[in-house]
Amino acid sequence: MTATTAEASASARGAGGATVEFHRLYRRFGATVALDGLDLTARPGELLALLGPSGCGKTTALRMLAGFEHQDAGDVLVDGEDITRVPAHRRGAGMVFQSYSLFPHLTAAGNVAFGMRMRGAGKSERHRRAGELLDLVGLAGLADRYPHQMSGGQQQRVALARALALEPRVLLLDEPLSALDAKVRLTLREEIRRLQQELGITTLFVTHDQEEALSMADRVAVLRAGRLEQVAAPAELYARPATSFVAEFVGTMSRIPAVRTGNGAQVEVMGARLPVQGELPSYGELDALVRPEAVRVALDPRGGATVVAASFLGAITRVTVRLPDGTEVKADLPTETAAVLPPGSAVTLTLPERPVLVDHRVV
Amino acid sequence: MAALTPPAGTAAQPAREAAGRRHRPRLWRGVVGLIAALYFLGPLLSSLLFTVDVPGQGFTLGSYSGILGAAGFWSSLRLTLELAAATIAVTMLLLVPALIAVRLTAPRLRVLVEVLCSLPLVVPAVALTAGISSVLQWGPDDFADTPLFQTFNTVQNPGFPVVLLLAYVLMALPLAYRTLDAGLRALDLTTLVEAARNCGASWPRAVLQVVLPNLRGALLNTGFLTLALVLGEYTVASILGYQPFAVWIVSIGGSNAQMSVSVSVLSLVLTWVLLLLLAAAGRGRSARPPRGTRTSPAAPAPTLQEKS
Repeated sequence: MTATTAEASASARGAGGATVEFHRLYRRFGATVALDGLDLTARPGELLALLGPSGCGKTTALRMLAGFEHQDAGDVLVDGEDITRVPAHRRGAGMVFQSYSLFPHLTAAGNVAFGMRMRGAGKSERHRRAGELLDLVGLAGLADRYPHQMSGGQQQRVALARALALEPRVLLLDEPLSALDAKVRLTLREEIRRLQQELGITTLFVTHDQEEALSMADRVAVLRAGRLEQVAAPAELYARPATSFVAEFVGTMSRIPAVRTGNGAQVEVMGARLPVQGELPSYGELDALVRPEAVRVALDPRGGATVVAASFLGAITRVTVRLPDGTEVKADLPTETAAVLPPGSAVTLTLPERPVLVDHRVV
Repeated sequence: MAALTPPAGTAAQPAREAAGRRHRPRLWRGVVGLIAALYFLGPLLSSLLFTVDVPGQGFTLGSYSGILGAAGFWSSLRLTLELAAATIAVTMLLLVPALIAVRLTAPRLRVLVEVLCSLPLVVPAVALTAGISSVLQWGPDDFADTPLFQTFNTVQNPGFPVVLLLAYVLMALPLAYRTLDAGLRALDLTTLVEAARNCGASWPRAVLQVVLPNLRGALLNTGFLTLALVLGEYTVASILGYQPFAVWIVSIGGSNAQMSVSVSVLSLVLTWVLLLLLAAAGRGRSARPPRGTRTSPAAPAPTLQEKS
């Protein structure tokens, strides 16, 4: 890191990380409920990803924090201060938008300096800070370029520098990578995470890409229909999903028919008795939710299951196996192992004796 | 090898045909350009010749020098320019904030605004003027001391007839609306304004410092069209009894044919000069990218791998 970059980091870090709290937020658009009593807290300095399907309310919550939407009920607090009535231009939240939102008539440096100009900073100060911030995002030599002369990735870096120039208490990222191609997305993802950790700035990151959320965030909040389903660290979210929705939305899950055993803490899945994770539904038929990496597959000419498909994913291959009752189960196998299980092979499946999540059967 | 290489003559023939096909569009462009030039420049040059070549006197600029001293020339020109400036200002002050507000806060009203702005297209200038004239002439004597009556008098002040300004604003609405709407369509207005507000700009500053600079082209075009409309408008001004430049040209034509043609040539040149001045003013203020920045070797490649 150069001296100016270090100065820019130190300056931005000076803003510190704030606590952000959403308290029972409600928002309705006509007949659609966007937020239905959302309760969520972002800790100082953490990167909290808001993850969920389209229409789950994640962007609405972010826009409320930025001041672009108002809530029908509830509070938005930053460091304990209710900012509901603070206009958007005084909230001190830097935002990076999904669409490249650079001002087309300004250069990269002009864009970064815009916020400082609004605050009345002098020309030399603006020029110096804009240079430092562009250096921080790796675009030191492109200060004089206009948005139309830059790639999508470069534009989003400038947008990030522009947001950081305000020394914001909170950084808001509204699907900033979704318009970029896969390679740039991966690189920029790491860059954003590095900068966020360096600056220690509280960051809310909206995405519908679970891989993005799991790889970048300190914690991930999964939203569904305007409500919080679960908020947890990525590893915990993956290993111990609180609900079947989280289990199926984050990562891949297979549903395998499960049978009650009379013991409320166990179910029988493919002939094996397994402990239940969480609560066992009190009525109805059940499915066990199983991750593909938990399934063991062995070649067995007398086995009742059949391999029906295989997808090469690099070091592993995802194999789809059909059980005698027609249920399809996915299993992740080392590619060398999968090589001896071509489609049509007869196999047997086993599950480790680990707690499984159980849900009502989906027909 | 010989079998693979066609004889020189046969190879050259398709090449010549291809070259001929490439040259054909250029030839047609030239022909079309020539016809257009003759169509536009022929009458102009004939007019110019008519004004400077007087039988018996030879080449003379007398008709042009006479214009400057002709009665009503300066006053009509000044009135037209004042009306043009006021019409451009009022049209933009009315339309720009309205269209931005509609796009940002009430997009459903766009259709209504479009219909309202297009209405003047279906009202002929003569009908519009007849309506205005009837309204302004109405008023029983009992109303003589009322503010309404005084307002009617004020708007008809021959020094600066506000009634003409209002009529011109109405007539310019459809053109201005289309131009500004096209400019706004080309912008992601909501995101730009939100980004500006997020950077600390209040609503007025977001509009003035972000939206308007990016609408420069549309604003200039609106100015061009409105200016051209006011400079050439004859019907309304003539019926209402005012004498801006277009009406003055027609009035002078009855008494001195040569001077009338000279004034027509001069008014064309004046219009072009004003349009060029507007364009130059707009270009001067526009922040164009420095030349060569796209391929400037001084600009380093991005630090991370990505397409540029």
